[in-house]
Amino acid sequence: MLELSVLFPSILNGLTTGAVYALIALGLTLVYGVLHIINFAHGAALMIALYGVYYLHERAGIDPYLSLPIMVPAMFAGGYLLYRFVIGKAGHGKDENILLVTLGISIFLENLALALWKSDTRSIETSYTFSTVAIGPAMIAVPKLVACAGALAAAAILLGVVHGTDLGRAIRACARERQGARLVGIDVAHVFAMSFGIGLACLGAAACFLLPAYYVNPQVGNGFVLIAFTIVVLGGMGSFAGALVGGLLIGVVESVCGLWLGESLGQIGIFVIFIAVLLFRPQGLFGAKT
Amino acid sequence: MSNYNNLKRRQFLINTAAFAASAAVPLGARGQPAGVKVGILHPVSGFLAYSGNLSRMGAQLAIDDINAAGGIASLGGAKLQAVLGDAQSKPEIGAAEVERLNGEGVSAIVGAYASAICFATTQAAAKYNIPHVVDVGVADQIVQRGLKNVFRFSPGYKLIAETAVNWLHLLNTLARRPASRVMIIHEESLFGTGTATLLSTELPQLGFKVVDVIKHANPTRDFNNIVLRIKAANPDIVIPANYYNEYALLVRTMKQQNVAPKAIYSVLGGAASSYKFVKEYADAANGVLDVNHWFNPKDKRAWALKARVDAMKDQFFTYEVFLNYQAVELLADAIERARSPKREDIMQALGESTWSKHFMPYGPTRFVDGQNQGAQPLMMQVLKNDIRVVFPNTYSEAEPVYPWKA
Repeated sequence: MLELSVLFPSILNGLTTGAVYALIALGLTLVYGVLHIINFAHGAALMIALYGVYYLHERAGIDPYLSLPIMVPAMFAGGYLLYRFVIGKAGHGKDENILLVTLGISIFLENLALALWKSDTRSIETSYTFSTVAIGPAMIAVPKLVACAGALAAAAILLGVVHGTDLGRAIRACARERQGARLVGIDVAHVFAMSFGIGLACLGAAACFLLPAYYVNPQVGNGFVLIAFTIVVLGGMGSFAGALVGGLLIGVVESVCGLWLGESLGQIGIFVIFIAVLLFRPQGLFGAKT
Repeated sequence: MSNYNNLKRRQFLINTAAFAASAAVPLGARGQPAGVKVGILHPVSGFLAYSGNLSRMGAQLAIDDINAAGGIASLGGAKLQAVLGDAQSKPEIGAAEVERLNGEGVSAIVGAYASAICFATTQAAAKYNIPHVVDVGVADQIVQRGLKNVFRFSPGYKLIAETAVNWLHLLNTLARRPASRVMIIHEESLFGTGTATLLSTELPQLGFKVVDVIKHANPTRDFNNIVLRIKAANPDIVIPANYYNEYALLVRTMKQQNVAPKAIYSVLGGAASSYKFVKEYADAANGVLDVNHWFNPKDKRAWALKARVDAMKDQFFTYEVFLNYQAVELLADAIERARSPKREDIMQALGESTWSKHFMPYGPTRFVDGQNQGAQPLMMQVLKNDIRVVFPNTYSEAEPVYPWKA
C-alpha cells in the first residue's frame, strides 16, 4: 500500500488541496486575529462565492479563473458592507454577540441558497478539467496545480498587504490594541470592516480556484469550515504563517489517511491532529504563548 | 355525556360530508369521466437529480402517450393525471411525499428510482394501501417485506449480480482465463453496498479473487486516492457499482491516471448503459462492459421511443427513461383491467398481470410476491462510440471484445 509510486502522487495531491485549504484558513485567521471573533459564516460565504463562480460560468460563459477580478472585489465589498451594516451594528461591541450574529448569517445564507438553487450538487465542465501534468511518477490534474499556485500567490499578496502597507499596519495595530489604535487616529470601525472584507475576498479567490475541480451545493461550506478551524488552531490563532503551513499539512494528512484508511475514515486524521494540538500545544505551531 | 355529544357531533359531520360528497361528484363528473390520479415520485433535486429528472420524463412521456391514445377505455376514456413528487434524493422526504400524494388522492404511485428511497416510499404507501410500482430500485429488500402493494417490473440486484458474475465467468473462460483479480468500487447507500456484498460472495465461488472493496461517499469529487489504490492493487478487472456522476468521474480519473485494467465491468449504472457518457467521454467509455437494465434491441417500439427522446434537447434514452415509461404502461394496463380507479382493485389487477406489450427482454409479466419473474438484465459494451448488446445470444447485436486493449 505504501509504495512510493502511490504515496508520492497522494502527497502531491494533498499539497495542492492543502494550498486551497490554507487560503480559506487565511481569511478565517485574519478575521480572528483582528476582530477576535470566530466567523461562523465563513463556510456559508465560501458557498455563496462558489455559486457566484458557477453562475458566471454557466450564464455568462466566464472561465472560473477569469472571474477572479469579479469575484474577489465582489466578495470584498460584500464582506465590508456585511460588517459595517450588520455584524458591527448587531454586535454592540460584545464578542459573544458577534459570534451569534455570524452563526445566524450562516444559517440564513444556507437556507437562502437552498430556496434559490435547491439542494442539487452542481459542477462545471471546462476544457482543462481532466488534463494532467506528469510530475515524476505522479499525474496531477491541471486545475489542482493552478489552484495550488493561485492560492500560494493570493497568500503572498495578503501577507504583502498586511506587512507592507499602511492599511496592513493599521490592521496589525487594531489587532494588538484597539484602544491605542483609536487614540493615534485610526478609524477602527473602518479597519475592522476592511479586515472582514479581505477575509471574504480570500474566499472569492478560493472559490475561483476550487470550482473547476470541485462542486457546489448549499452545504458545501460546512466541510471546509471545519477543516479551516482545524488549520487555524493547528497553526496558531491569528498566525498567517501558521495558517499556510497548517493548510498544507492538513491537505497531506487528509490525502494520505484517505489512501490508508479508505475514503470514509480518511478525514479522521485531521481531527486526531485537532485534538492532539489542543491537548499538547494549545497555542498552535506558530502561535505566541499568552 | 360529553362523550355522547362528541359522538353525535362527529357522526353528524361525517354524514354531512358524505352527503356533500355524493352531491358534488355527479355535478363534477357530468361532462367527461373523472381522471385517474397517478403519483409520479422521483428524486428530481439533490445528488440524484440527473437520474430523477430522466425518470420523471419517462413516466410523463408514457402518460402523454396513453392519454393521446384515448386514456383508460374501460373507464370511459378517463385520462391519467400525473401528480408529481420530489424526494430530494432523501428517503425520509420520499416518505413524506407519499403522505402528500395520499392526501391528493392518487390511485397509485410510480417511482422512486433509488433503492434507499423506494424502500421508504413503498412502506409509506403500504400504510394507505396505495399500489406502488417500483421503477428501478434494485435492492431486493424492497419486495421481500411481504408488502402487498409493491410491484417491481424490472430485476432486483441479486439476480443481476448473479447473472453478471456468471456471464463474466463465461466471458473469461471463452477468452482462456486472462483475468482472476477483481476490485469493486461502490457507492455508500443501499444499492452500492448491497450489490458489492453480493458480488464479493459470488465471485470467489467461480474462481475470481476479490483483492479489495472500496466504498465512497455521494457526492465524491475526487477519485484520485481511490484510483491510486487501484493502481497499487493492480487488478485485472474493476467493477464499479455507483450512480452516474461518480461513475463518470471514476472512469475518467482512471483514464487520466493511466490505469487500464483488462476490463471495466460495471454492474448497474455504467457507461455502457448511458448514451450521455458515450457521447461526452467517448475515449473513456469505449470498451466498458455493463450488466444493466436494457430494452430488447430487436423490438422496433424501443427504437421508436429512443428516436423521440433523442429529438429532445439535451435528453438521453437511459434506463431511467424506458423503465419508467414501461412502469406507467404496466400500471395503465392494470387500471384498464380493473375497470376502477380504486386502490384495492388496481392492486389486484397488478397482481394478476400477464402484460406482454412491453419492449423489455422479459416475456409476459408474472408477479410473485411483487417481483416480475421474467425480468432480466442484458450485457452491453461500448464499441465504436455506440452501445451494443453483447450477451445473451438471443438479444446480442455484436460480439464482446474481451480482454480490452486500450
